[in-house]
Amino acid sequence: MAQLLFFYFGGVIVGTATLVVTLRNPIYSAISLLVTFFHVAGLFVLLNAEFIAAVQVLVYAGAILVLYLFVVMLLNLRREERYHRQYLVGALLGVVILGELALIVSRSVFQSAIGPFTPAALQAVGNTEAVGRALFTTYLLPFEVASLILLVAMIGAIVLAKRVVQT
Amino acid sequence: MVPLSYYLMLGAMLFVIGVVGVLIRKNIIIILLSIELMLNAANINFVAFSHYLQDITGQVFVFFVMTVAAAEVAIGLAIIIALYRNRSTINVEDISLMKW
Repeated sequence: MAQLLFFYFGGVIVGTATLVVTLRNPIYSAISLLVTFFHVAGLFVLLNAEFIAAVQVLVYAGAILVLYLFVVMLLNLRREERYHRQYLVGALLGVVILGELALIVSRSVFQSAIGPFTPAALQAVGNTEAVGRALFTTYLLPFEVASLILLVAMIGAIVLAKRVVQT
Repeated sequence: MVPLSYYLMLGAMLFVIGVVGVLIRKNIIIILLSIELMLNAANINFVAFSHYLQDITGQVFVFFVMTVAAAEVAIGLAIIIALYRNRSTINVEDISLMKW
């Protein structure tokens, strides 16, 4: 059952990601990316990461994609003409990189099951609580830095997109 | 039970699709969408390792990746709007002033 779900999610993810890259109309690309994000969230649920799945739907599908669609519609672009003229080189490079990554993954030996968070332990304490505990104790400083990044991004976006007043 | 390497291969495929998207598209918005695909590929790998090594740290780092992605999108789209206002184009081939 888990295998079947994995192949469903994986197939849809790869298919819609390909559509994102190949479709000419930016709005269709953004909608395909929305489907991709939802299926990635499904994959996270399959991996016992419910909190991350919820955040994926909220942040990626809810906030980031809406921002993209907003900008696409704001700029009101006409249909894009063609791909970049280096598309053959790009596709070839993609095949080469995929081959290398497949080689690395197939030749690697992965250590398994060394941490304390077994599925049973996560079930007992709750995924969200476990993530929150790690986030607010071990990773408290990175968490604060992340909030600083968001503040800088907010100020930067306002400054960049602001219309310059003619003096 | 799905082996870990299946998830890693899926992440690799998603990453490569993102790389190809950056290389072959001229529309700068699609290039940013492709970068999102690559970040999602990294997230899949993080969560897969987190599950199989039974360590919650991977999921914490996905949280940070999402923070950086949100910041990147806000800044990137602001730059695109500023660019479109000044040059009336978002085609990367027309934005080549700093190219040697």
